[in-house]
Parts: sequence; C-alpha cells; structure tokens
Amino acid sequence: MIYLELFLSFFKTGLFAIGGGLATLPFLYEIAAAHPDWFTAEMVADMLAVSESTPGPIGVNMATYAGYSAGGVPGALMATFSLVLPSFLIILLVAGFMARFRQNRFVDSAFLGLRPAVVALISVAFLEVLKASVFKVDAFLSSKKFAALFDLPSILLFAILALIAFRFKKLHPIVFILIGAVIGILFKF
Amino acid sequence: MHCCAFKAMWNLFVSFFKIGLFTFGGGYAMLPMIQREIVEKQKVCTEEEVLDYYAIGQCTPGVIAVNVATFVGYKLKGFWGGAVATLAVILPSLLIITAIAACLSSFAAFPVVQHTLAGIRVAVAVLVFRTVVQLYKKNLRSFFAALVFLAALVLSLIFRVGSMYIVVGAIILGILFGTFGRAKK
Repeated sequence: MIYLELFLSFFKTGLFAIGGGLATLPFLYEIAAAHPDWFTAEMVADMLAVSESTPGPIGVNMATYAGYSAGGVPGALMATFSLVLPSFLIILLVAGFMARFRQNRFVDSAFLGLRPAVVALISVAFLEVLKASVFKVDAFLSSKKFAALFDLPSILLFAILALIAFRFKKLHPIVFILIGAVIGILFKF
Repeated sequence: MHCCAFKAMWNLFVSFFKIGLFTFGGGYAMLPMIQREIVEKQKVCTEEEVLDYYAIGQCTPGVIAVNVATFVGYKLKGFWGGAVATLAVILPSLLIITAIAACLSSFAAFPVVQHTLAGIRVAVAVLVFRTVVQLYKKNLRSFFAALVFLAALVLSLIFRVGSMYIVVGAIILGILFGTFGRAKK
C-alpha cells in the first residue's frame, strides 16, 4: 500500500537526516532508486530547485514535492507528515525533560557554553548567505575576475536595507523581504 | 478561561504560519521572524530560550525550523501547543509546493522567480545580520563566552566541523566551566 510505504520511507528520512534540509538528499536518492515509479533521481534536482525557491524549510518542501510526485495530494500530506513526526516526538521528549531539569545546575552550565557557540554558528550561516547573495564568490572563482566578486547592486541594496534595519527596529521582517522581492524584480537582480 | 486558551492557540498558529511563509533559506532565516513574532509580540519565550531551542535543534534529527516551532509551541501549551505550532509552520510549504508541483515544475527557471529570489536573499542577509549583531551584544559578555564563540567560529568556518559536534563540545565546555571555573572563586 503506497501510503504505508511513503510513511516508512519518509519517517526513516525524518529520523536520520540530521543537520539541515539538505541532509535529506541522500535519503531521497535512495527512495528514488527503490521506487522509480514515485520519482527519479533527475527529478530530485528539479525538486531541489523549487524547494530552494519557495518559502519554508527545504526538507519539508522536498518531502511535500516528492510525496506529491508519488501519490498526489494525499501522498504529499503523508510524506510531509511522516518526515516531521520523528523530530516532533523527539523534541516533545526533550522539551519535557528540559522543563523538569531546567533548574538543574548542570543544565544551566551547559547553556552557558551553548549560547556563544550558537551565536558563532549563526554568524557562519550569515557569512554563507553573504557569500550567496552579496559577494559572489562562486562567480569570482569561475571567472577569476576580481570585479566579479563585488556585485554592486546587491552591495548597495544590502547597505541601504541594513541602514534602514538598524535605524527602524520596529519594522517587521516581512517588510524587508517584500522590499527585497520588489527591488529584485524591478532591477532584475 | 476557555476562550483565552483558544485565542492563545490561534495566535500561535498565525505566528508560525507567517514564520513558515516568510522563511527563505536555512533555519537561521527564521530567527529574525521568531524574534519579532514570538519574543517581542507574544512574549512566549525570551531570545535566549529561542537560541537554546535552535542549538538543540542542531543536534536532533529533523528540520530545524520545525524543531524550533515544536519547542516554542510546547512551552506555550504543552503537547497541543507543539502540535499546532508544528502544523502551522509546515502548512505554507504544503500549500505552495502542492500548487507548484501540480502546475509548474519548471517554476524555478522563470526569470521573474530568479530576480525575486535574488532580492529576497539580500533582504534575508540584512535581517540575519541585524539578529547576529543583537546576539553579539547580549551573549558575548564574558571572557569565557568570547572564547567559546571564537573556538566555535574557527572550527565551523575554517575546519568545517559539523554543527552537532560544536554544540556537544560547547555543552561539555559549559558544564566544565560551570563546575570548575566558578568554583575557583
């Protein structure tokens, strides 16, 4: 029964794909190999492109798309639900545990080390985003032209938006995303 | 009391639906939205708590955006809070992807889409930048914190050590410092 198999495949993926949506890729290729009537390996690349172009977590988008390909709307629902279920249950366990032990001295100390480390991880993520959106490192590497590194329109937009962001802290993040989208279309970024 | 509980759940649902709808990119991209919707508007958690959830989410399986949603929802209203938040954050994806898959699998190739995304990416960079600066100010207040920050930064950026290992290492360092470092005083 297709829905049972979808459940098993995506539950497994949700359980073992650690560290970001792209970690689901190897599992998806496995599923493609085992169930060519659901979707093929080539289709995974297209799904990835769409998943990265739409809002929402990449892993969830991939599961929805793959599930739809395998079994229409019910397939999409089943795949997404199955992907999310393992982590949902695990987090509930951890959250329950944390609630009970929050006053514990060890847990407290653990978070003392945790927070600066997470700030570092987010900083690294920010640098990656900068690399992808403002400083086009890949273009620079492939063309070997120093000028390719600096995408002037992007840098300009970044500077302007940053000035606004730091000056007007009350503005909702959604505003910035919409401005980015509009400017992107208008100036063909 | 019953109607207040429903309202809280509804607000939770709406917030996470918005978060799911406007998160472009990796899990970190949801942090500015969470800061605004959950920390500032609804006051469900503090910024530090969100960081903690994000950190744990690096070590557990699953999509980090979903994990953080589950955590926050649980904090507000236990199991059902977690369920509502999780459902809300994945709903936009379900709707949008299903619509696109049904009609346009070549969606990503359209120039309009590419241009829009390029602009959005810059906006996301700005938002994450602002969040990072705020985080620096609030969380790097001791020598120990600065040390851990630098170590994590170097390990992740230069040596490409996985996030999970860095988080586990940071937890161990934290416990060691908490147990022995403070004892020196």
